[in-house]
Amino acid sequence: MEAKEMIKVNQLNKSFGELHVLKNIDMTVYESDVVCLIGSSGSGKSTLLRCLNFLERKDSGSIIIEGKEVDPSNDDLNKIREKVGMVFQHFNLFPHKTVLENIIEAPVMVKGVDKKVATSKAKELLEKVGLEDKADVFPNKLSGGQKQRVAIARALAMEPDIMLFDEPTSALDPELVGEVLTTMKELANEGMTMVVVTHEMGFAREVADWIVYMNDGEIIERGDPEQFFEHPKEERTQEFLKTTMLK
Amino acid sequence: MPSFSHFFEVLIDTKDVFLKAMLLTLELTVVSILIGIVIGLFFALMKISKIKVLELISDVYVFLVRGTPLIVQIFILYFGLSGIFLIPDFWAASLALALHNGAYISEILRGTIQGVDKGQMEAGRSLGMTKVLTLRRIILPQAFRRALPPLGNQFIIGLKDSSLAAFISMNELFNVATTLGSNNFDEMTYLLIVAVYYLVLVALLTFIVNRLEKKLAISDR
Ligand SMILES: Nc1ncnc2c1ncn2[C@@H]1O[C@H](COP(=O)(O)OP(=O)(O)O)[C@@H](O)[C@H]1O
Ligand SMILES: [Mg+2]
Repeated sequence: MEAKEMIKVNQLNKSFGELHVLKNIDMTVYESDVVCLIGSSGSGKSTLLRCLNFLERKDSGSIIIEGKEVDPSNDDLNKIREKVGMVFQHFNLFPHKTVLENIIEAPVMVKGVDKKVATSKAKELLEKVGLEDKADVFPNKLSGGQKQRVAIARALAMEPDIMLFDEPTSALDPELVGEVLTTMKELANEGMTMVVVTHEMGFAREVADWIVYMNDGEIIERGDPEQFFEHPKEERTQEFLKTTMLK
Repeated sequence: MPSFSHFFEVLIDTKDVFLKAMLLTLELTVVSILIGIVIGLFFALMKISKIKVLELISDVYVFLVRGTPLIVQIFILYFGLSGIFLIPDFWAASLALALHNGAYISEILRGTIQGVDKGQMEAGRSLGMTKVLTLRRIILPQAFRRALPPLGNQFIIGLKDSSLAAFISMNELFNVATTLGSNNFDEMTYLLIVAVYYLVLVALLTFIVNRLEKKLAISDR
């Protein structure tokens, strides 16, 4: 059976003024795939991810989400974003709302889900990320790792088909990275389609189905973890791996 | 200078008329600040709309209000408006004060709205919320919370500025003080009395604003 194409990107280009940030990006993500996007800072990983849920507008090329090409000027982007969840480096929880309120906000306000239904669903999600006792706490009382798990639960509450992660552990103290990666691993095991920008090479090697290496706005190399980490073909990949592995 | 005993005697004798005037001062202030917040929000949103025409309108409004004395604004609105249609003095005064406060409040709100982390809007958008919904549910509640101290400050300024409504014959604190003072050939006593009323009001407001600020700080960040 052919796997479903969840995201297909063709010849995507994006510039900020004179700066050509994404250059002819081609990429396909199949259902239940975990794709790890790696590369040094400034290479365009965040921009690519943000293009995938249209927080950033592409200049040219096409983005096809679940078989439908998205036209940002005509399509209802909010509907598409419901299907594509996003987790940010700095969590971006709503500080004036409790953990529970953070999670039910979009289901109730956007999808019109009954508040009681949304609440019980939210509690299930909190249990899943191991924070069932934090429902009525404000975000400022949480550790970074807990915040990020709440952010993951909040995105999941919209029942997305795809989850995008932009360096979800980069802002965390080292001892808190593990709990977030564990949550993400569980999500991957449940079959969630994920695109993850990360510097966690251990996670990428263990969890990813595909690694995509970007440099200077281009995709330099892609492959399964074994091939990518053991036998990188491109010289730039080899150099990148050498410098990151040394750390 | 009046003697202490004389001052307290008059203070007590005139308390009914001054308390009534104080109520009017408070009404003028509360109404003009509330309308000022609506106006201020409106112009703050225009200013950050990234639509050139709206930005320009907002800039011109702030420029006009900041660039002219409040008393001139009050007179223009009072005589201007009452020339076009019949408008009760209270509303002429309130509206003039509201338009004045609105300019300063728009600057306050513009600052606190823009001060909310950019990631908040992105988080809302990424959850499928529209810009307007995110603004209403996520950005503005945070912006208003941060605006509370400067808004409280503006409220105190507005309270004192409302004394200028005396010049369009509103019987608020200042007007009552000057009228009684000249009727009794005892200006200084009445001016000192009205100063006490203003001081007490401002002290009370300061206390309330501080309390509110502390309470809100608990659930913040
Ligand atoms: N909104 C923006 N305006 C201008 N330049 C930007 C903007 N966002 C990103 N850039 C630039 O685009 C390049 C790629 O950024 P980014 O996608 O964040 O890279 P990465 O996530 O791989 O570190 C960088 O040079 C960055 O400075
Ligand atoms: Mg980045």
